[in-house]
Amino acid sequence: MDLAEKNVFHHKITEALGVNAKDATLSLTFLVVSFTALLIGGVLGLLQGLNRAGLFELPAWFDYYQTLTAHGILLLLVFTTTFAVGYFYAALSHTLGGLLPKVRNMGWIAFGCMVIGVVFVAATIIAGEASVMFTFYPPMQASPWFYIGLVFLVVGIWIAAFGAFINVAHWRKKHKGQHIPLLAFFATGVFVMLVFGSIGVAVEVLTLIPWAFGWKETINVMLSRTLFWSFGHTLVNIWYLTAISAWYVAVPKIIGGKGFSDALTRLVVILLVILNIPGGFHHQIVDPGITESWKFIHVFMSLSIGFPSLMTAFAMFAVFERTGRRKGGKGLLGWFKKLPWGDVRFLAPFIAMAAFIPGGAGGIAQTNNQLNQVVHNSLWVVGHFHLTVGVTVALTFFGISYWLIPYLSKRKFTPQINRLGIIQTILWTVGMLFMAGSMHAVGLLGSPRRTSYTTYGNHQAALSWDPYLIFLAIGGTLLIVAVLLMVYIAVHLMFFAPKGKTEFPIAEQEADAYPAPKWTERWGLTIVLLIAIVAMGYVVPIIEILDVPGSPPFRTW
Amino acid sequence: MKLHRAEEIWLIVGVGIIILAMVFTGYQAFAHGMAPPSGMETLDPQKVDETAPFDNPGIFEVGADEYEVVMTLEAFRFNPNEIEIPAGSEVHFTMTSKDVVHGIQVIGTNINAMVTPGHVQRISQKFDTPGEYLVICNEYCGVGHQMMAMTIVVK
Ligand code: HEM
Ligand SMILES: [Cu+2]
Ligand SMILES: [Cu+2]
Repeated sequence: MDLAEKNVFHHKITEALGVNAKDATLSLTFLVVSFTALLIGGVLGLLQGLNRAGLFELPAWFDYYQTLTAHGILLLLVFTTTFAVGYFYAALSHTLGGLLPKVRNMGWIAFGCMVIGVVFVAATIIAGEASVMFTFYPPMQASPWFYIGLVFLVVGIWIAAFGAFINVAHWRKKHKGQHIPLLAFFATGVFVMLVFGSIGVAVEVLTLIPWAFGWKETINVMLSRTLFWSFGHTLVNIWYLTAISAWYVAVPKIIGGKGFSDALTRLVVILLVILNIPGGFHHQIVDPGITESWKFIHVFMSLSIGFPSLMTAFAMFAVFERTGRRKGGKGLLGWFKKLPWGDVRFLAPFIAMAAFIPGGAGGIAQTNNQLNQVVHNSLWVVGHFHLTVGVTVALTFFGISYWLIPYLSKRKFTPQINRLGIIQTILWTVGMLFMAGSMHAVGLLGSPRRTSYTTYGNHQAALSWDPYLIFLAIGGTLLIVAVLLMVYIAVHLMFFAPKGKTEFPIAEQEADAYPAPKWTERWGLTIVLLIAIVAMGYVVPIIEILDVPGSPPFRTW
Repeated sequence: MKLHRAEEIWLIVGVGIIILAMVFTGYQAFAHGMAPPSGMETLDPQKVDETAPFDNPGIFEVGADEYEVVMTLEAFRFNPNEIEIPAGSEVHFTMTSKDVVHGIQVIGTNINAMVTPGHVQRISQKFDTPGEYLVICNEYCGVGHQMMAMTIVVK
């Protein structure tokens, strides 16, 4: 058999047997944690929205800042990373012919570490020992167990990443001369970014722990912030890469079309992996201690991410148009009507893509210095990331769930669930538009983020924010209904939907597609380039802040 | 790898816009001195009260219609916590934090800067329009963060 035939044969086997039951249990377990985080985080979000509208006072035993710390960590770190690991482990299992037993065990160990991490973090927040936000900027000092929990989370992610690397390497050894399947390629890119992106924050946390135990007197505040954002900025692109993996691989199949150029898709992945880390300073544009020139270089780096994003935008519309026309769509826009709007597996990721147009534009705007200075730390920024993470990433994850969960649970995605899903998608979109829209507007007027309801002694300017903040509460109310619906759908698909077979959608290539060049498989080269660019962006500015006098700890909550 | 013609055009236009934004930002920053606040001097955050100029916070006239405000930030107050200046004044703020990370934002102006312990942060602003400007801390700094505010009165 030649290689292509062998591939088809291999694919047939996995098709016939369906998902490996042990792999499915692992992925489903990650997804259970993910949706639990969504549920709790969503409820907390509603409480914040009601508070900021001046409608609801949080009790002293669980105040606004405890709520916000938990909301940020649960949704930003837990919901997204557990979903990504569950999804990509399922993808590796499906595309590489099952997880190796060793890798499956690593997956479980990773899961255990992450759960221990979440328990430590949650317990310290609830106990009021860690109201430090998901950014935990020193010299505010949380309980050492909070930081130790973070270490467990990071170690869990690393173990999951190395499991993925082992499985991919094993496949490559057995399929010499072949490209790894596209979705496994995305998974590799995401896990490479997770490992390299989290090195900075791991170093930061490891210096915070001895300080939190009192073994070290002071901490370098600016160094910690800088290390944090080397990670925080990368995390954003990790979600983005995770989301677009489904856009490139699954969505074309769902709409009955073919994938966009395999070669260009791989190029997008490599560009995102190489370019993304040295953009962190765009979160520190108005910080002291970093020179104007270094800030400018990071702004440039973070805008360079626009290039692969533009390629993605083109690719998506090319696929939609080609598919729509094949289905008989005529004229300039006739193809648009031919898309399966009634299928939530398409509708949800489509809205996710559409939201990235204003989301990305807003991102480009706020990255530029002067504009950043207008909106920095205002609710504008919160609006921006509810649009990008809350819509683009979250709706894509929901869109994936409609087929991934029944595929894993060997159940069927029914028309009833599809209908519920469409309602969910609309509620979520409208809720986020209300919330993110009013956040953008009131942020431009100066209303700060991370601030419980206040009128600053009835100051005129602050009172003028109130009408906008009401929309925050309205959006939050719609959103909580959408959260409950989504959690119901997920649970239903996991345990109650009728038994049956659901396909893992993977688009085929166009017949005239040209093959990806060999160098796209050279991950060693990609990683060397990544390290070189990280070094270029960080070595000098970090040396410049190494000898800033340290700060003793404070507990101001 | 080859691109479609349409994709080439799309990418060239897109990249062009991004580069234009960069050139504009760079030009404003470096040719017009509109770069973001980036104070580079350091001090020992445990000795703020003994370190000049923060041993004597306040408002100082440094020229015709020109003032320097030497200010410390701490949970949950600004010092000085009331500023009065004539309209048309140029004000240079020199700030540091005595404890955790704070931020200063003057609503209705472009003043927006992080103030961290260990660094001296500087930012300047001309106040032309009379009024009572709200000054807030815009970085979460603890349980009283929402109370950390003051006003600048421009007469
Ligand atoms: C039920 C839906 C949601 C509601 C009602 C909601 C509401 C809010 C509100 C009111 C804030 C606080 C603004 C402030 O004072 O700074 C906030 C912050 C935040 N939200 Fe949401 N949100 C929701 C969903 C999400 C989702 C899905 C994500 C991410 C996947 C997310 C991520 C965040 C983050 C990272 C913060 C900032 C935390 C911080 O500043 O430390 N939210 N949200
Ligand atoms: Cu960023
Ligand atoms: Cu504050």
